[in-house]
Amino acid sequence: MFYQESGQFSTRYRQDGRALRLWQQRAALWALLALAFGLLPFIGNDYWFSAILIPFLVLSLAGLGLNLLTGYAGQLSLGSAAFMAVGAFASYKLQFLLPGLPLLLSFVAGGVVAAAVGVVFGLPSLRIKGFYLLVSTLAAQFFVEWLLTKFAWFSNGNESGVITAPPLLVAGHDFGSPAGRYLLTLSVVLPLFVLAANLVRSSLGRNWMAVRDMDTAAAVIGIPILRTKLLAFAISSFILGVAGSLWAFTYLGTVEPHGFDLSRSFQVLFIIILGGMGSILGNFLGAAFIVLLPIVLSILSGSLLSGVLPAGQLENLQKIIFGVLIILFLIKEPDGLARLWQGWRARARLWPLRF
Amino acid sequence: MSFFMEVLLGGLLAGVMYSLVAIGFVLIYKASGVFNFAQGSMVLFAALTFVSLLERGLPFWLAFVLSLLSMLLLALLLERLVLRHLVNRPPITLFMATLGLSYVVEGVAQALWGAQVHGLDLGIEDTPLELGGLMLSRFDLFAAGSAGLLVLLLSLLFNKTRIGLSLRAVADDQLAALAVGIRLQRMWVLVWAVAGLVGLVAGLLWGARLGVQFSLSLIVLKALPVLIIGGFTSIGGAIVGGLIVGASEKLAEVYLGPLLSGGIENWFPYVLALLFLLLRPAGLFGERAIERV
Repeated sequence: MFYQESGQFSTRYRQDGRALRLWQQRAALWALLALAFGLLPFIGNDYWFSAILIPFLVLSLAGLGLNLLTGYAGQLSLGSAAFMAVGAFASYKLQFLLPGLPLLLSFVAGGVVAAAVGVVFGLPSLRIKGFYLLVSTLAAQFFVEWLLTKFAWFSNGNESGVITAPPLLVAGHDFGSPAGRYLLTLSVVLPLFVLAANLVRSSLGRNWMAVRDMDTAAAVIGIPILRTKLLAFAISSFILGVAGSLWAFTYLGTVEPHGFDLSRSFQVLFIIILGGMGSILGNFLGAAFIVLLPIVLSILSGSLLSGVLPAGQLENLQKIIFGVLIILFLIKEPDGLARLWQGWRARARLWPLRF
Repeated sequence: MSFFMEVLLGGLLAGVMYSLVAIGFVLIYKASGVFNFAQGSMVLFAALTFVSLLERGLPFWLAFVLSLLSMLLLALLLERLVLRHLVNRPPITLFMATLGLSYVVEGVAQALWGAQVHGLDLGIEDTPLELGGLMLSRFDLFAAGSAGLLVLLLSLLFNKTRIGLSLRAVADDQLAALAVGIRLQRMWVLVWAVAGLVGLVAGLLWGARLGVQFSLSLIVLKALPVLIIGGFTSIGGAIVGGLIVGASEKLAEVYLGPLLSGGIENWFPYVLALLFLLLRPAGLFGERAIERV
C-alpha cells in the first residue's frame, strides 16, 4: 500500500546506482529533511534541542563510526569514547593554537587526528582477532583518558581538565543558541551519513563485509587485508572524532576527558547492538532509543510510581532494563531495530492484503 | 635491591588477586566458549550478598553458604534464560550478551542491597610481616594462600572426579561430549556456579581490601590483560599471567611512573598484553587456533 514499487523501472545505469530506488523513499527523505531543517528549528523549544535532539544526532554519528568498524568490518571495539575524546581535544587545541581557524575545519582536523590515533591502535588488528582485539581498543581507552588528564598541555594548563568550548561561530554567524547548535550539529552529521551510506555500498564497503564474515577467506580471494582493516579504523575513528568534537562543542559546551570514559564506549556499543549492526538507519534508531529511554523512564516513574520507587532505584532499574533489552535483542533480533523496521516495511507493502 | 624485591613480591601477591578473577573467566570460557564480561559483576554480586547477609547478623559460614546458593541460582537462571537461547551463535554475540548481563547483575545487586560502600573485615590484620628482611603484607599472604587452596581444590575437581572428567570432555569438544551422553546444559550451570564460587572468594578478598562497592565490578578490566597474557584456556596461564601483570604493574608504577607523572597502572597491563600478543597471538599457554576456509 505505502510501498508500491510496481512500475518503477530503472532506464539508466545511474538510476540503478541510487541509494534510494523508490520515489516513496526519496519523498520521505526530503520530507524528513524539510521537517528537520525547516520546521523543527522554529517550533522546538530549548529543552527539545539541548536534551533530546542534539545528543540524539551526535550519538547517531558516534554509532555510525563504531558501526562501520564493528558492524561492517567486524572489528570489535571498546575504545570509541577514546577516539571521540581525541577528536574533541584536537579540535579544541587547534582552535587555540591557530586562532581564526574556521570552526568546521577544526572539526574536520579533529577527525583527522582521531583517525591517525585510530590507525595506530588498529595496527594490532592485523595480527590479533576477536576478543583479543578488545585489548588494543581498551588500551586506547585507558591510555587516552590518562594522557588527557595527566598532561595539562592538552587542556591549556587548566588543572581540573574541564575547559569551556569556544563560541560557535561559522562564517560570522553565531550558532550559540539551542536552535543554532541543533542546526550546526545537523549540518555536520548529515553529510557524514550520506558519505557513509555510499561508502558501505562501494567496493571498500564490500571488502569490509568480506573481512567481517571471514578474513582468512577474504585474504584468499585477494582482498588487501592490511588496507581494508586500517581504512576501517581510520574512517571509523574520523567519524568518532567528529562526533566527539560535536559532543564537546555543541552538546556539553565543555571539553573534558571524563565525558569520554568507558561507559560512553559501552553506550555507543549499545546503540549499534540495539539499532542494528551493519545498518546505517540502525544508528539513528539505536541512538533515539538510548536517548529517549532514560527520559521516558523518569517520566513514567515520576507519574506512575511516584513514592513507590525510591529515587536511587531509578538508575538501577534503568541499568536492568538496558541489560535485559540487550540480551533480548541478541536472542530475538540480532539485527536490531533496523531489522524490525524492515519487517514492518515488508508488511506495509502488502497491506491490507496479507499475500 | 631489597626495595626492588619488596616491590616485586608485593606485585606478585597483588597479581594473585588478579589471577583469582581471571580463573573465573577461564573456567567459563573452557566449558562454554563464552567470554564472560559479567565475571566482574558476579564478583560484586557475590561480595555484596555476603556482606549484606553478614550485616543482618548471620554467622560467617551461613552467609557464605547462602551467597554460594545465590550464585548457583544465578547460574541456573542464566542457563535457562540466556545461554540456552544463544547456542550456536558467534562468540562476539555471546560476549555482548554477557555485557548486557553485567548490567543486569550490577543493577539487581545494587537494587537489592543498596549502593553504599560496605566494609568487610575477614579478621586478618593488615600489618606488615617481616620475612627474611623483607616487609610483606600479611593480608596479601593470606590472599595468596586462599587462592592457592582454591586452585588446588579446582584441580582436584577437574582431575579426580567424574564431574571434572565431563567438564574436561565438554571443554575439549562439545559435540563429542554431547554424543557420549554428557548433559551439556547441566555442565554449563555447574561451571557458571563454580565460577560464581571463584567470584565469591575473589570478591571477599578484594572487598576486604577495597571495601565492597561498585568499583569491585571494574576488576574485570584488570583481569582482561591477565587472560590475554596467560591465554583464555589455561588455569595455569591465568595464574602466571596474573603474577606477570601484578609484578610488572607495580614495578612500572615505581620505576617508570615518576617519569610519566604517575597513574600508569590503568593502562600499563594493556600495553604489556599487546606486546605479548604481537609475539604470541594465543597467549603464553593458549591453544593455537587453526584456521580453515
